[in-house]
Amino acid sequence: MFKLPISTILFFLLALSLQAYAKHNGEHLYLQNCVACHGYNGNGGMGVPLSLPDFLATASDEYMFKTIRNGRPGRVMPAFKQLSDDNIESIIGYIRSWSDSPPPVYSKKPINGDATHGKQLFLQHCASCHGDTGTGGPGTGVTMSRPRSLPILAPALNNKGFLASASDEMIKATLINGRKGTPMVSFLDNGLSEQDVDDIVTYVRTFETQTVADEGSIEDEPAVIIKESPYSVEETVANLKNAVSSMNFRLIRVQNLDTGLTEEGKEDKKQVIIYSCNFNILDQALKLDPRVGLFLPCRVTVSEHEGKVHVMYANPKRMNEIYNNSELDSMCTDMKTVYEDMIDEALL
Amino acid sequence: MRNSRTTLVRLLFVCLIFPVSAVADDLIMRRIAMTFPEAMNALQTSIAQQGYTVSRVQRVDIGLTSSGYNTAEYRIVFFMREDVVHDIAKKYPELIAFLPLKITIFAEGNETILVTLNPTKLDVFFPNLNMGKTFSQWSDDINRIFDRVQAE
Repeated sequence: MFKLPISTILFFLLALSLQAYAKHNGEHLYLQNCVACHGYNGNGGMGVPLSLPDFLATASDEYMFKTIRNGRPGRVMPAFKQLSDDNIESIIGYIRSWSDSPPPVYSKKPINGDATHGKQLFLQHCASCHGDTGTGGPGTGVTMSRPRSLPILAPALNNKGFLASASDEMIKATLINGRKGTPMVSFLDNGLSEQDVDDIVTYVRTFETQTVADEGSIEDEPAVIIKESPYSVEETVANLKNAVSSMNFRLIRVQNLDTGLTEEGKEDKKQVIIYSCNFNILDQALKLDPRVGLFLPCRVTVSEHEGKVHVMYANPKRMNEIYNNSELDSMCTDMKTVYEDMIDEALL
Repeated sequence: MRNSRTTLVRLLFVCLIFPVSAVADDLIMRRIAMTFPEAMNALQTSIAQQGYTVSRVQRVDIGLTSSGYNTAEYRIVFFMREDVVHDIAKKYPELIAFLPLKITIFAEGNETILVTLNPTKLDVFFPNLNMGKTFSQWSDDINRIFDRVQAE
C-alpha cells in the first residue's frame, strides 16, 4: 500500500486548516478591530458603511488594504499598524463575503484632465457635501452627528489617507457610478461628460498639495496640568465653584476622590473633585465625536499632598491625541483655555 | 523527520494564537448587541465581578435633554477599587486627575457602544512613574469586563 510521509500529511492538513482558518480569522479580526465603528454587518455607525453593494463594487482591495494600514489621519479611522498583511487581507476577504461582486482592479495610471475646469465643476456639484476644499462632512456619522436616514457622511477627499489609498481610476468609477443608498449620485446621470469627470478627478488630486497649518507637536503638551494653590483645600474649592459660574459653566457636583468607594463619612477630605459642564459646548462636542465622554464632565481636582495644595486637570489638548479626530482640535484648545482661566481666577 | 514535524506543529500553534495577540490601541471600544438598558446592567454587573466598585453613573443624556438638546442615551460609569485610589493618591498624586477610571456607554440604535481610554496610554502620558505593570493590569481588567458584557 502507498504510504504518504507524515510530514506531507501534516502539510496538507495544515493547508486545509489554514484555508478554513483564513475565513474564520477574517471574521474574528473584523469583530476584534472593526465592528465597534462599522457594525456587525458592515452597516456603519461611527465608521462608514462597508456593506453597501455599490461601495464593494467600486472599492478595490488595494484601496481597502491601504485604508486599513494607513487609516485616515485626523478623521477617526486609525492606522492599523499592528496588523500583519495577512491579517488585513483576511479582513478584506471577510468584508468581500458580503457581496457577490468581484473586487474591481484599477490602473494606477494618473488621469490628466483640466484641474481648473474640474475645480469649477467640484464647487458646483461636490462642494455642498464634501466642502469647498474637500474637507468632508462634520462629525463621525453616529446617532448624535447625523439623522439615521443618512447612511453616510461625506468623506474628506482632501485627507492624505484617502488620497494615498484611492487611485484616480477608482475616484472616476465612483463619480461615474455613484453610490446607491447614499447621497452620492452618478455624475453621468447628472449630465456631466466623462471628460468633466476626468477634470474633477484631476482637481481632487490637487488636494495632495494642500498645506496643513502646523499647530506644533501634541506630544509637547503635558497630560496633566498642575498648579499650586496659595489657599487651603476648602478655600480653593470655594474659589473654584465661583470661577465655574463666572465661566458660564454649570456646577454639576463637588465630591471627594473616593466618594462612592469609601464608607460614607470616611472619605478623604483632602482630595476633592469639582465637576462642571457647559451643555452647549458638550452638545457640539458630541456631534463631532461621541467618544468624547472620556472628557466628561469637565473636571478640576484639588489635592493636598505633603502640605501643599494643588489644582489639576487632564489636559484636553494632550488627551485629544487618542481620538484621531482633527475636528476636536480647536475645541480642545478652547477647553484648555477655559480650564486655565477658571483656575487663574480661583487662585488670584 | 522529527525536526520537520516539530516545525509544522509550531507553525500551526503560532497561526492559531496570532489573532489574540493584537497590539493595544489608545481606546478600548466594543459594540454590544444589546439595547442600552441591557448593556448598562451587564456592564455594572461585570465591573463588580472584576472586583471593582461602581462609584457613580453620570447621566449625561439627562443633563443634555433637560437643557433642551437632543441626544441618544449616554452615560459615564465611574469605577475603581478603594485601596488603589488611596494608594495612588498618596504615591502618585499627578494620576489623580485620571481616577476613578471611567467607561463611556451610549446607545447606537438597538446596540450599545462602550469606550474607554486604554490605561496603557497612561504609561505614555507618565513615562517616569514606572507604573506600566499596573496600567497593563487595568487594561486587562477592562478588556475582561467588556468581554463578559459582550458574551452575555
